[in-house]
Amino acid sequence: MSRFLPEILGPAAGCAVVLSFFCAEIKGESQEEMKPDFFRDVQPLLSEHCTACHGGVKRKGGISFTNRRDAFLEAKSGAVPVVPGDLEKSELVYRISTEDEDDRMPPEEALGAEEIALLTKWIAEGADWPVHWALQPVEKPKAAAVSGGHPIDRIVSARLKEAGIEPSPEADRRTLIRRLALDLTGLLPTPGEVERYLTDESADAYEEVVNRYMASAHFGERWARHWLDEARYADSAGYEKDSARADAYRWRDWVIEAINEDLPFDEFTVKQVAGDLLPGATREDRLATAFHLMTQFNLEGGVDAEEDRTKRVIDRISTIGSVWLGSTIGCAQCHDHPYDPVTQREFYEFYAFFNNADYEPIFIGEIPDDAEARVIKRYEQWKPIAEMLEAQLTNKSLSNKIQASLSRLRNFDNTNGFTRVVAERAENRRKAYVFRRGDFLQPLKEEGELTPGTPEAWHPLVPRAVAAKKAAAGEKDKEKKAEPVVADRLDLARWLVDPANPLPARVSVNKVWMHLFGAPLAPIPQDFGARGEPPTHPELLDWLAHFFVHEAGWSRKKLIKEIVMSETYRRSSRHRPALGDVDPDNVLLARQNRFRVEAELVRDLHLQAGGLLSLKVGGPSVFPPVPEDVAALSYANNFKWKTSEGEDRYRRGMYTFYKRTAPEPTLVTFDCPDASISNPARDSSNSPLQALATLQNEVFIEAVRSMAKNVLSAGAEDDGARLRAGFITALGRPPVAAEQSRLLRLLKESRDYYAGHTEEAKELAGAYTVASVPPAESAAWVATLRVVLNLDEFIVRG
Amino acid sequence: MSTHFNVSHRTRREFLTTAASGLGGAALTSILAGEGAFAARKPRRAAGALVNPLAPRQPHFPATAKRCIFIFMAGAPSQLDLFDYKPKLQELDGQKMPESLLKEMRFAFIQKDSATLMGSKRKFSQHGDSGMWFSDLVPNIATCADDICMIKSMQTDQFNHHPGQLMMQCGEAKFGSPVMGSWLSYGLGTENRNLPSYVVLTAGRGSSGGATLWSSGYLPSIHEGVRFRNEGDPILNLRNPEGMPRSLQRKGLDALRDLNQMRFEEIHDPEITSRIANYELAFRMQASAPELTDLSGESAGTLEIYGADREDPEVGAKRGGGPDQYRTFARNCLLARRMVERGVRFINIIHASWDHHSNLERELGFNAGMADQPIAALIKDLKQRGLFDSTLVVWAGEFGRTPLGENRPGYKEVTGRDHHPKAFSIWMAGGGVKGGLTYGETDEIGWDVVKDPVHINDFQATLLRLFGVNHLKLNYRHQGADKRLTSITRESHVIRELLA
Repeated sequence: MSRFLPEILGPAAGCAVVLSFFCAEIKGESQEEMKPDFFRDVQPLLSEHCTACHGGVKRKGGISFTNRRDAFLEAKSGAVPVVPGDLEKSELVYRISTEDEDDRMPPEEALGAEEIALLTKWIAEGADWPVHWALQPVEKPKAAAVSGGHPIDRIVSARLKEAGIEPSPEADRRTLIRRLALDLTGLLPTPGEVERYLTDESADAYEEVVNRYMASAHFGERWARHWLDEARYADSAGYEKDSARADAYRWRDWVIEAINEDLPFDEFTVKQVAGDLLPGATREDRLATAFHLMTQFNLEGGVDAEEDRTKRVIDRISTIGSVWLGSTIGCAQCHDHPYDPVTQREFYEFYAFFNNADYEPIFIGEIPDDAEARVIKRYEQWKPIAEMLEAQLTNKSLSNKIQASLSRLRNFDNTNGFTRVVAERAENRRKAYVFRRGDFLQPLKEEGELTPGTPEAWHPLVPRAVAAKKAAAGEKDKEKKAEPVVADRLDLARWLVDPANPLPARVSVNKVWMHLFGAPLAPIPQDFGARGEPPTHPELLDWLAHFFVHEAGWSRKKLIKEIVMSETYRRSSRHRPALGDVDPDNVLLARQNRFRVEAELVRDLHLQAGGLLSLKVGGPSVFPPVPEDVAALSYANNFKWKTSEGEDRYRRGMYTFYKRTAPEPTLVTFDCPDASISNPARDSSNSPLQALATLQNEVFIEAVRSMAKNVLSAGAEDDGARLRAGFITALGRPPVAAEQSRLLRLLKESRDYYAGHTEEAKELAGAYTVASVPPAESAAWVATLRVVLNLDEFIVRG
Repeated sequence: MSTHFNVSHRTRREFLTTAASGLGGAALTSILAGEGAFAARKPRRAAGALVNPLAPRQPHFPATAKRCIFIFMAGAPSQLDLFDYKPKLQELDGQKMPESLLKEMRFAFIQKDSATLMGSKRKFSQHGDSGMWFSDLVPNIATCADDICMIKSMQTDQFNHHPGQLMMQCGEAKFGSPVMGSWLSYGLGTENRNLPSYVVLTAGRGSSGGATLWSSGYLPSIHEGVRFRNEGDPILNLRNPEGMPRSLQRKGLDALRDLNQMRFEEIHDPEITSRIANYELAFRMQASAPELTDLSGESAGTLEIYGADREDPEVGAKRGGGPDQYRTFARNCLLARRMVERGVRFINIIHASWDHHSNLERELGFNAGMADQPIAALIKDLKQRGLFDSTLVVWAGEFGRTPLGENRPGYKEVTGRDHHPKAFSIWMAGGGVKGGLTYGETDEIGWDVVKDPVHINDFQATLLRLFGVNHLKLNYRHQGADKRLTSITRESHVIRELLA
């Protein structure tokens, strides 16, 4: 067969186009010396153009480009796709470069010259295919060993220097304290806090602020909410019935407390994944496992209970993949993973860890006198269902009955003090099989029962029993094979936080970084696989991961503190148009990022500025006022939105009862995720509906009315002073002269209007009046301060 | 370069390639500043943020449909009592089904051993030049026979409501997936800058799927359906607070714009520009949305043909839930026409529930009575205004209903039908579909499809094709996969026979 070899093998011009961005970063290195980097340059091409047909799902011609072994294997035709260093023998080179349309790959459209050159160059240079970056062991980067400055800053500065970019200066103190308050507690700094920091001349003034906010109970709320997104937390069960899950908050409160107490992330993980299996598990350990019960639960009539159970198990696997492993392992439920080395069989081995994780109600909270009687009663209600669930394995027709009974039992409400936790089934354990095409009705029994296990490509899991035996046997019996011991969920949990397992540490620090910079280092936090994108600062990601595990002992607070103490964190977030062409997305971190706060915080900040926000931590979810037709959206009519009274109307947004099929509309408008799947990174949209919400919604109007009242009753001497006070309350800074005069103009325009419209003035001022102030004056201030609270700056963390 | 659809999802590399060719960041801002009303971004996806994600865009092929009114009969109406005429089923009424047919079948409630066939009590007749069959429950829709493209061979994978409804709207029964209205908004943008691109209208009780039926899922939330309300302000928070006149609202927004602008000049964050534009759009929406929902300009004749002032009949039917359904549904149809006139891309009219497990005669009669007149009026009104050819109207539920009567334990008599995913009917009209065509066939009793099966994904591929969109190429990267409206694990086909 005659072969066409592309001539662009030397210093490839096309290659330079593709690499131009990276070349720009690495000044001084000539293009000839640029080696294609597998993860940065080659794998994206294979994923984009090849693996759809030659991957985990389809292996046309017996070829797969998902891993090194397969790509270097002989194909059905006898040809070998990739032979390192040998262009003549590498079928891939011929296929992508031939002009024969029958042979050319990809069939629909040829690759561009530069892409062909890149792949060819890669093969010519030995087809380097390293272990996937995310699976390589975490090693302490060299940069950390150099002395002087913060390691984070050293790594970031080195990159900036290569690119010839000067970092931005440190932000001013007003910006810094607002940034810290929002990032660490989700609240505005009070004017007093701002003042104190501004006048603190000690060297550790900044650190003092950091320590104070990290010790606040609101720190736990702030960081718990991030975790709730990942856990798909909601206060209802989902699907058609979507009945209330009035006990869900118990687990939510456990998270807040754990974070406030700085429960190390390894323990935090083990308790949630397998707290029930810990030796001497406490009630709190068991409560932590409710993480798994945040899945939706289908109580619609006619649902097959076993089908719904398998769906929940699959959801748990996908969630663990996303949260701890940065893996889209859920994609392997119907077939081998199309891009990553996870087979369908491996998916169901992972599934086997959870196949017997049932749940049961336990008593939690303060124990009343009649607790025992209540527990007994609950178990009596529970027992027949458990029996039916058992029998249903052989008798499918029980499904309806089970669903109906579960429906009746669905409200483990807080007045009863019950909550559901995971309980491992001891007897009649279910067997796990591969489900053909993911269909629970088609277990592939002929392929044998599966034992729990993790995919081969990942860090090996050694069950604790085996490890213990090995240790006991000592060196001499090394040869002797240990008896096979089946791993359980606790082994899995400990494997997740094994310091030698590189994924969870990398994945976790990436998200912490994201919350403190508005953008993660590895751009797709839930996908560290072939289709994800490699980190922009690999060295930094590894330094953080290493620090987290080995120096901070998995302490979340230590990790966060380490980051916020860096200069990189403290830089001004002011955009630099001059960098628009070089680094428009601020990938190189010359400055901090500026981003809108999350949905719950938008409301919190308004209420706080109005002096209305309740700072109560934890407890049952609350029902602030919503329009009637929103509350009525529910299908099953099984639920009444009973509007809360008093303080509970003004609780922080994270405590608003989240009903999956009819969520509170303002939350949705500001991108609160719908709790259907694990969500590590929220959208940050910018829409007219958001403008309408903060301008017009009753809650927001009430906040500004209250704020006007506070400003007017504080006894400031003139308009300027009053305006200044309001401005500082909201933005933590006084207005500049132009801002001041523009707002005073609006104040005058508003006064002029309301002077002749007393009735309207009374309406706008509402119930928040000050005895000595005429309604027109109150109304004018409401109209003016409403603008202050609608400034972009107010809901932006700068 | 990938298609223009990936605007808001371009990789950094693509962006920089563009940037290098002179179309980068700052330049784009100024080009689009005038329309930079919407911006959606995910962390580190900022590159596309400067492009207005709702700007109208050209599809892959010339489109016949520009807008869609999707009338979603949630709960699954009985095709056997409306469209799919089965005289044999009437003949076999009360008899058992052959066991072989039941063997592999799953039901929600039917007890296989004692279930019997249930013939329709409706009278069917043929209409129009095409001779399309309709039951006597939909006499008005029947007069549009030659404009309707009827599919009798629909199939779905789901037989419970919420998953089934997700399947119909999202292409797969997976939570967190975007609905087709969101996909079209994402792909094609909108032609009216003063209204949302995707609007949801509801009548009666809430549907099983609730807000997930208009969720943008993993797409940017700007493409989420905006629910117009039946009472009070058409859009939540549309009305100024009491005591705030529009003139002073304007003055306030002027001050807001000036202050935001000062901040922008200091900070240079383009999101501020976007925020300014959104407050302006919100202000315009305050005028355009009430204008849209104000029917006082419609002629008495128009209100009459839609039946906009009909009272609910006293038939003791309650399954539809809630008062005033006839009036609300009719007004929703009329509003949909007004939205179409104003360039809204996708309008979803959702009515629940058609889940007639029992008392089918009375309940289906009530619902059909509600839907029949306004839908026929809508089709005729669109035609009269020259909008029909570019507007796709769809009638669909999430699955069908069984030829077997439902004998759920506890029911005294058999008066309804169970869920049936194997065969059901939906129809389309306008927007470039073939009028007068009946596509696909079921067997004599309507149990299974015997000719030209149409999977929901095939229907969706066809719907996108009408909009000029290749369903394989309207993608969004999610969890490592290039997702689309049709399932990525199934090979779906455009049914060309349905296109005019």
